Amino acid sequence: MKKSDEIIRMSNISKAYGTGDLETLVLRDIDLVVKKGEFLGITGRSGSGKSTLMHIVGLLDTPTTGKYILNGTDVSKLKEDEQAYQRNREIGFVFQQFNLLPKLSALENVILPAIYAEVDTKQRTEKANQLLSTLGLTEHSEKKPNQMSGGQQQRVAIARALMNDPELILADEPTGNLDTKSGDDVMKILKQLNKEGKTVILITHEHDIAMQAKKLIQLEDGKLVHKENNAIIT
Amino acid sequence: MNIKELFLLSTKAIFANKLRSFLTTLGITIGVFAIIVLVSIGSGLQAYITNEISSLGPNIIDVIPGNSLFTAFGPGTQNKLTIPLARNLANRLVSTAQVAPLAEVLTSVKYKNIEDKNVYAIGTTYLYPKAVTYGKTVMGNFFTQGQEQSGIKVAVIGYTIYTKYFKNQNPIGQKVFVGNEKYTIVGVAEKSGVSLGVDHDNVVYIPLEAVHAQFGVDRLTEIVVDANSRELLPFVKKQINTVLSKDLTQDEFSIQTGETLLDTVSKITNMLSLALGGIAAISLLVGGIGVANIMLVSVTERTKEIGLRKALGAKRSDILKQFLLEAVMLSLTGGIVGIILGMLASVIIAMILVSSVTLWSVLLAFCFSVAVGIVFGMAPAVRASKLSPIDALRYE
Repeated sequence: MKKSDEIIRMSNISKAYGTGDLETLVLRDIDLVVKKGEFLGITGRSGSGKSTLMHIVGLLDTPTTGKYILNGTDVSKLKEDEQAYQRNREIGFVFQQFNLLPKLSALENVILPAIYAEVDTKQRTEKANQLLSTLGLTEHSEKKPNQMSGGQQQRVAIARALMNDPELILADEPTGNLDTKSGDDVMKILKQLNKEGKTVILITHEHDIAMQAKKLIQLEDGKLVHKENNAIIT
Repeated sequence: MNIKELFLLSTKAIFANKLRSFLTTLGITIGVFAIIVLVSIGSGLQAYITNEISSLGPNIIDVIPGNSLFTAFGPGTQNKLTIPLARNLANRLVSTAQVAPLAEVLTSVKYKNIEDKNVYAIGTTYLYPKAVTYGKTVMGNFFTQGQEQSGIKVAVIGYTIYTKYFKNQNPIGQKVFVGNEKYTIVGVAEKSGVSLGVDHDNVVYIPLEAVHAQFGVDRLTEIVVDANSRELLPFVKKQINTVLSKDLTQDEFSIQTGETLLDTVSKITNMLSLALGGIAAISLLVGGIGVANIMLVSVTERTKEIGLRKALGAKRSDILKQFLLEAVMLSLTGGIVGIILGMLASVIIAMILVSSVTLWSVLLAFCFSVAVGIVFGMAPAVRASKLSPIDALRYE
């Protein structure tokens, strides 16, 4: 089965905003295949279209044209609620801003995706505690986000991303709001997850962070201009 | 997302902004409270009046001046119901009914050094105790036909007058001033009670001719006719109409039986209940707008939360339900508190005035507060559910 080792297959993906004379192409004819277990870095300057690409990969947005197959399912033309369903099960998000809900404890934040997947209370609490413990956050599980450091918050966010066991982790500038030490910790965790079999897509504009990915692609003016296999594998 | 999940979520959100939730809830509480209390007063009033009318006796016919209860005492209506007309009517109905004409005049009653200037002197005839259910005497007797015709000044005092002026003394044979003439007390009328703040026992009954002679009153407030039996009622009604039509037009008198009276009264009280309920409904509406307003604020404040929840897999309907339930819980809490307070207040009001809590007003208030939550929560909830996750996540 050829398909089963591909998690993402995009062909001719483009995204346009506005219509007629005002139409702006943000992504042009993107062809991208990501195999399961890959650690892919996507870089590019701001305005290069990498955020839009990340949104489309993450099913937060739909492409104007082209075909997108995610883990064997054609997701190019999904309705909003179907996208939500796929996001919930297939993708774990790690954001630059952490995006934890300020009024929920670390544990409750981690549980969120499982609520929408309708996992029963006992099972999901166990799973969340286990994730927090793996990431060394057990003693912080009852803390609110504002009682934790940035690094701790991002680790909570990673735990949340793993809650529904998605195959794909989508990390959008995950170290952007962290000091070097915490940033390194986060990168270590992502690499570890990749080692354990998760596919990781890392979007960043920081060169040294990008260089830690096994494979790197660069976006310029909405086009994929450069693909390379990274030498550094840690 | 199951209902328990949603419930917990909404409760958390409500408690996260305690003061704001409390104030929003208060708006609904006031509206529901107003509905319960005002409707209770309305229906209490109706029950009271209905009861009062049926206590008049089943065979009672009331003849009043004017063409209906609405215009009887209105301005510009001239009272054409005279004493001779009533005398004539009594003679004509002698074999089928008891007829008691009533002419009321506000005057003073003085005994020794006690004086009350707000006493109704009711001029009537010796037939009064026969025609009127509560016209019995507890001491002495009502004045007789003989006493009435001889023109002696005799009076039957109401129970309040008795207790106020005579305490434990025997009033029979004592003389009191009614207006500025002396009357001899021959009897004490039984208690008929206080209604709507009017004491029906703070009265003196004197012969009709005395009211005419002393106060110059020759127009009657009403003529009470008590048919000798239930079967005679329609016949007596017809008789009255025939007799009075000789001297009066149809506009100048009206005949009220218990039923027609009840009809008229329930029309009035229903209108009153509706008007009161309407006023209360307006305050509930204002409360609902408060809910809508606070939910809109809440959606704006939590744009980022909504975006994140969607990114993590919340469907449109999950977000819609979350915000809708929050609105319904706010207004329902307000509604339940309002119902409890309203019922308490109605019970307290019932002790002083009249009021009776009706099941339908409680149910209506309950349904109304749920409906207010749904109606006014819908727009903000729809707005929340339509937010795009990208825009919402970017929102600062």
